[in-house]
Amino acid sequence: MIRIVRRREIARPVPPVHREVRAAAPVPADDSPSGGASDQQRPPLLMVPGFGAGAWVFAEHWLHHAADRGFPAYAMSLRGHGQSGSARRATLRAYVHDVVQVAASLPRQAVLLGHGAGALVVAQALARYPARAAVLAAPVLGGFSLLGRALLRNPLGTAPALVGGPLRLHHRQLFSRELPTEAAAEYARRMGRASARAQWQLLLPRTLEPPVGEPPVLVLGSPHDPVVPQAALTRVAQRYGGAPLLFPGMGHALMLDARWREPIDAILDWLEKLPHPGGGRG
Amino acid sequence: MPPVNMSDSYDRGENVCVIGAGASGLLAVKNLLELGFTVDCYERETGVGGLWNWRHDRSPVTATTHLISSRATSGIPDFPMPDSWPDYPDHRQVHSYLERYADHFDLRRHIWFGTEVVRVRPLPGDPLGRWQVTTRSTGGGTERTHQYGAVVVANGHHWSPVRPDYEGMDRFTGEVLLAGAVKDPTILRDRRVLVIGGGNTGADLAVEAAQRAAACWHSTRRGYWYVPKYLLGRPIDQLNQQLVGLRLPTRVRQWLTQRTLRLTVGDLTRFGLPAPDHRIGQSHPIVNSQLPYLLGHGRLTPVPDVARFHADEVELVDGRRIAPDLVVLATGYQPRFDFLEQTVLDPDPAGRPQLSLHMFTRHPTLAMAGLVQADTGVFGLVHWQTVVFARWLRLRQVSPGRSAGFWSWVDSQRGRRLHDTRLLDSPRHWFEVSRDRYLRMLERALAQLEVDR
Repeated sequence: MIRIVRRREIARPVPPVHREVRAAAPVPADDSPSGGASDQQRPPLLMVPGFGAGAWVFAEHWLHHAADRGFPAYAMSLRGHGQSGSARRATLRAYVHDVVQVAASLPRQAVLLGHGAGALVVAQALARYPARAAVLAAPVLGGFSLLGRALLRNPLGTAPALVGGPLRLHHRQLFSRELPTEAAAEYARRMGRASARAQWQLLLPRTLEPPVGEPPVLVLGSPHDPVVPQAALTRVAQRYGGAPLLFPGMGHALMLDARWREPIDAILDWLEKLPHPGGGRG
Repeated sequence: MPPVNMSDSYDRGENVCVIGAGASGLLAVKNLLELGFTVDCYERETGVGGLWNWRHDRSPVTATTHLISSRATSGIPDFPMPDSWPDYPDHRQVHSYLERYADHFDLRRHIWFGTEVVRVRPLPGDPLGRWQVTTRSTGGGTERTHQYGAVVVANGHHWSPVRPDYEGMDRFTGEVLLAGAVKDPTILRDRRVLVIGGGNTGADLAVEAAQRAAACWHSTRRGYWYVPKYLLGRPIDQLNQQLVGLRLPTRVRQWLTQRTLRLTVGDLTRFGLPAPDHRIGQSHPIVNSQLPYLLGHGRLTPVPDVARFHADEVELVDGRRIAPDLVVLATGYQPRFDFLEQTVLDPDPAGRPQLSLHMFTRHPTLAMAGLVQADTGVFGLVHWQTVVFARWLRLRQVSPGRSAGFWSWVDSQRGRRLHDTRLLDSPRHWFEVSRDRYLRMLERALAQLEVDR
């Protein structure tokens, strides 16, 4: 059922904030005969990090890799994250607003890629913006079972979140053992936090609204992700009528882990195979 | 261009024709493409934006036009205006917004610019309800006819001014301009200006003239409610939406609003304005904070309706005579569908098309987009109108059985007004809707148009 009366959005608009958006211009494919045309057809790819992370997690590898393969690539930080303006009392609604605002500011209809809880933000943004396509990587769509799992794995990092403190993931939840411990610990140290309200909202059970514009949705993750179990991946993928792409042996932070190249290549391959929208002229 | 064909009619199959690339036309093109339809959109000007394309001769927009509904209630639901914009963007921002919308969704390649539609006719004896659309280059040239599966009429209703015919107007020696011709407000400087018309355009121009002219009269037929743009530090339409959300009976809401306006804007009759002869909401709201302010500064003289013109004077209905040297007619616009035969629209005795949901004509494959006025911005309403029409066309294709059921529901809603309160019986109000009531109706329509995939 499509919801079209959104009184709160118009009666109480989300206040504006500075948003960090990093961009990488695509490298034109000179050698292919249709070089210029293919650049036209490749949609912009907007990457949305999860709670605690900022645009930097994508700027490490994925952003430039996508640009090298010809996609105009963007990575953003939700409010209160990375270099975006601070927002201590931000709600999930404000995060969704941020994603929709950035997506609508891009020159062309964008593909939304959300990681972790950023996938929940993207999934909600899909009901508000007709994305060209969507990618949910290691999606954390919330719920209490997730909390139980996190408490068992990492009680010290998770427990403070119960009383509004930061939710901190241990570097062994985020990364596989292939990533050197120093690098892993350094990445984990750079993580910030989402607002306490948004953290609480992550626990609430919710039904997702259907996306507008019927975009194709790709779900991917690792069967060895300590945060998102494989069953959850399958459930999310089924919700969008598919099966998840799996990358065994990787941790939760697919874009920073040692084998970061595999998932992004799979995503870009999938995007390249999408049919072109709108048809031709005449 | 559609391929050149030497025969007099070229068949475009199930393609949809959209007439006009203003806001409503763009919304229609985007939402039809999204459901997989192929679309040809014809636009008589050389750019998108319709009435917001202010340099073209039919645009009613003047240099100082700003939105009268706030950014949050004015935007397109799935393509919001930037939140860094002011609460009330100006017309250049709105135009750039529509241009960005066209680029973002790559709509321009479906639009034939500089092409006007001359005739739209049902294909004779066609069981599928297809249409023959005849076009030509704007202003002349060879006519070409194409066949379409469906047509969306989005030609706007703010381009054909109503020109009142006052006695003696032709003998008047002063200058008479239509509101849309006042592109540059400096022409008002040091003139003696009479603005005729109590709508939002009239109020805007009266405010412009009051700040620049040597003298300014504002002629209205009746008293209106002048709604400020801000109340309690917030855009008033946002507050109003919150009030609507309380689901109070309409009368109670009207009483609350009127009470609030009496307390904030105050009693305007002491400046010489007539008291409103209707409850708030019974006419299109006039949103203007500056008009009462300038009345209080004596920059603006409210006068009643004009009785007749003399050579260098204007006589008012109360017998007074004033001597303006510039008269601006802000007397409204009327919708026109010259390319459609009268019988196609099936008008009532007063000449108004009898629509269902303010969009469906009697022909299942001919819809109006944007023929609504509302208590908030209309882009959001037109977006959902066009989604409803696109989904309706799809349902017709995939499930003829269910589509009959939907169409009989549409027919049962024909002529039903979707406004919270009885409107003043003024001809310009026949397509006025209340945002909430209207959206809920479209929501009902969408629920019936769901297709299992």
